[in-house]
Amino acid sequence: MGSSSSSRNKIPNAQELMDQTGFSSAHLLRLYDRFECLDRDNRGYLSPDDFEAVGGLAMNPIGGRIIDAFFSSGQDTVDFSSFVRILAHFRPTDRNRNKEGTQQELPNSRTRKLKFAFQLYDLDRDGKISREELLQVLRAMLGLQVTEEQLQSIAERAIQEADLDKDDAISFDEFKKSLEKVDIDTKMSIGFLK
Amino acid sequence: LRSLGVFIRQAGTLLFICMILILLHGSRGEIPSKPIAATILPSVKPDGGVQAYPEDQKNNLPMFTMNYPRIQIPFEITLWVLLASFAKIGFHVYHKITIWVPESCLLISIGLIVGAIMHSVHEEPPAVLTSNVFFLYMLPLIVLDFVAVFMQVLWFAVVGTLWNSIGIGISLFAICQIPAFGVQDINLQENLLFSAIISAVDPVAVLNVFEDVSVNEQLYIVVFGECLFNDAVTVVLYNMFSFVAEMPVVEPVDVFIGVARFFIVGLGGMAFGILFGFVAAFTTRFTSKVREIEPLFVFMYSYLAYLVAELFAISSIMAIITCALTMKYYVEENVSQRSCTTIRHVIKMLASISETLIFFFLGVVTITTDHEWNWGYILFTLLFAFVWRGLGILVLTQIINPFRTIPFNMKDQFGLAYGGLRGAVSFALAFTLPDTIGRKQLFVTATIAVILFTVFLQGISIRPLIEFINVRRTNRNLETINVEIHGRLMEHTIAGIEDLCGQWSRFYWKDKFMKFNNRILRKILIRDSRAESSIVALYKKLELQNAMEILDTASGDISAAPSIVSLYEEKKSSSKPQKKFLAADLKNMHDILSKNMYKIRERTVAYRGKHALPNDNHTREILIRRHVSIRRSLRPGSFQSSYFSLPAGKSLESTFPAARRSYADDHETLSEVAYPSQRSRFGKPARSSSSKAMIPLRRLGTLEEVPSTDVLNEDSSSTEQGVFRTNSSYSDSHVPRPRRLNSSFDNNNGSADDLRNVHEEPSSPPPGWAAEPRDNTARNPLLRRPQWTPKRK
Repeated sequence: MGSSSSSRNKIPNAQELMDQTGFSSAHLLRLYDRFECLDRDNRGYLSPDDFEAVGGLAMNPIGGRIIDAFFSSGQDTVDFSSFVRILAHFRPTDRNRNKEGTQQELPNSRTRKLKFAFQLYDLDRDGKISREELLQVLRAMLGLQVTEEQLQSIAERAIQEADLDKDDAISFDEFKKSLEKVDIDTKMSIGFLK
Repeated sequence: LRSLGVFIRQAGTLLFICMILILLHGSRGEIPSKPIAATILPSVKPDGGVQAYPEDQKNNLPMFTMNYPRIQIPFEITLWVLLASFAKIGFHVYHKITIWVPESCLLISIGLIVGAIMHSVHEEPPAVLTSNVFFLYMLPLIVLDFVAVFMQVLWFAVVGTLWNSIGIGISLFAICQIPAFGVQDINLQENLLFSAIISAVDPVAVLNVFEDVSVNEQLYIVVFGECLFNDAVTVVLYNMFSFVAEMPVVEPVDVFIGVARFFIVGLGGMAFGILFGFVAAFTTRFTSKVREIEPLFVFMYSYLAYLVAELFAISSIMAIITCALTMKYYVEENVSQRSCTTIRHVIKMLASISETLIFFFLGVVTITTDHEWNWGYILFTLLFAFVWRGLGILVLTQIINPFRTIPFNMKDQFGLAYGGLRGAVSFALAFTLPDTIGRKQLFVTATIAVILFTVFLQGISIRPLIEFINVRRTNRNLETINVEIHGRLMEHTIAGIEDLCGQWSRFYWKDKFMKFNNRILRKILIRDSRAESSIVALYKKLELQNAMEILDTASGDISAAPSIVSLYEEKKSSSKPQKKFLAADLKNMHDILSKNMYKIRERTVAYRGKHALPNDNHTREILIRRHVSIRRSLRPGSFQSSYFSLPAGKSLESTFPAARRSYADDHETLSEVAYPSQRSRFGKPARSSSSKAMIPLRRLGTLEEVPSTDVLNEDSSSTEQGVFRTNSSYSDSHVPRPRRLNSSFDNNNGSADDLRNVHEEPSSPPPGWAAEPRDNTARNPLLRRPQWTPKRK
């Protein structure tokens, strides 16, 4: 794949990125290639239509939300480091690392993964998943298979199950609690290729 | 209804006995057909019985005759089965034992004891049955998820078994060369044959152990899958090697042919299985009018798959495995609930029996055969079996770990390796070794030694070991709607991100298959092929469960329940605190109930006018009786839960969700109308009409009692129209077609029951349903999805 050390120089802040995200240089390189591939006009950043050009993402029921997650800080472009930082959420948790309390919590910690998922629901960023937000996601995912009433009931039930402080919305803590027994690591990880 | 159950039971029993007889008498290579000579029976019965009336040897018509030989075989079988089952009951009386000692060990011990008894009386043990075949139906696997892991399972099964057998065989052969052990006459082929026998890991033993320990799902799937498939592999290898062992000279061509044959056998088995599975699914598509014999189709087709595979000498075990898997997926959607239950129960019974018997006989045979003991050979066999398995697992996981998202860590690998208990298959195969092999007795002894060792030692020690090294455990009881929804969200997210990164989604194949499946296969094979989202399915199931928990009066028809005693025990042990209703509530409920029951009866009468229902008087009669019994049960205050009624003023069709048609069981109905009522409990009283309901069904354990009376009053006076909109829209989701409703009621045998059931069942559903799903989910950690998906019509 060419001399990796010189290629790494292409990537700005490579070392810093590696430290912050936990990706190895091989991973980073591959992601950089992918970034360049997505960036069709070679502008050095990605815009929403670049994302939408990815076929699978366009057909994904929550594709739009995923794309928005990349643009969450209000900008309308994504540079490579933001790209990588978001993707870092999906690294499998390093199990062998002992948790003495690393200063920065890596993006792929369980909490961060959950936070990512939470933000896919919570579009208005008020820290809670309201019934309406839940309904929107359900509608997107279940689509034509169910009626509106059934969706309502399902959403209703979901909120009842999770909502502990009875404010008719699911906060992040309640969200975490409802998933406490689930192995998030398995569910929210990709085996990144080198 | 009763007669249906009885018929199914009779058919099942008949089938079972026939199968056993056929199994015993059939000329199958794997079953050793030891003659059932004089068995233990005559020694148990008083001797006077056999010689009935010796004086009556004149030519008169005998008044009383006995013809023992006529019933001998089934009689003995039955007694053996009973004996083993008593042993099984005995273990569970003292519950503590079963925690530490796997059942297989106990069974073997009892078998040893019995064998000792028999040996001293010089009796011969009866024939042995192979059990694993039945085990397959207990597969709790979700097929499509299984598909994802399929490759890995195959990898472990095939390559692993090959590795083991060849490794053990060769090292044993090396040992044989050492003159000190005195086994030089065993040549390479025989060694390989023997090692093929003992490298088979047994699902029965492993399942018992792993289930109790609840290791993580990935591990469980892989081990279990490996066990199943390596049965097939072993048998193939065995056949191959035994063929080879008898040949004086082995040429390279033969080896090549052997390998080719291996693939033919394995893949052919799978192909046959899938073929029969599809045929079965196709058949059941049309069985909506003949529900009672649906279980028969399932059994017959799988047995047929087995036999046909045997006919062509391809792997019958693979055939039956794949047949079962295919059927489980497609047929389960076509058959009625009751058929599903029947099938499941019969299979469990069969599997349980055969498992019991196998281990039992193992014990018996251990004592009664002549053993040839050779310290060196046997000890080394044990050593090598262990070592090679460990090595094999190590190497294999190294190779496939890169392909896994979450690689197996060392602890998992230890679990995999240690969990390789040998059992029934090895036992059966050892017995059918051809007698031309000089050292047959030694092999038999060694096999038994290995089995006993693994089952006892590894079986008993695996539990503390796994807990000690803290293998990742699985989490059962994750069936909440939140988990399901969020899980789905995460799946979509991952799929999207993977697309973004340009990687092959691990859902890629699953997706492709699903598309193909939905577009083509399901249309052909399933009666109503609309795919139902798993979220919706789970939701319905959970609602149903809640409704069932609530409606747990003991009156009514509970023929499907395990037994009243166990039902009570289950309730006692359930963690949900049972809410007692206030006296006022009771009275209110009672009033509402009686009012509505009356209306229901009215409705039935009216309905009868439009569609000719069979057994009208019968229905009416039952309704009245039911009503009375409910009233009775309300009084002592034992009535802990609520009831249900149909709102008045709405026509029957729309309030019957059409989905009920497809199966005689009506818990779907329950869920349809049940959950609107639940919603009212929790929602603020001023909620929109869609969530308001007629009847306050309580959700136990999460409710404070206060609003009860208020809501009750409020509800009973609330407009009922609002609910109907809900109800009818629920029906809408199932697209009710009155025409079909009509025909199914006419023709469906269970229709009268349906009608009756819907009306009063809600207050007294067969609580067995509540018991069963829970029971199953407890037993089978892999069962995440609802065992029965609420059927579409």
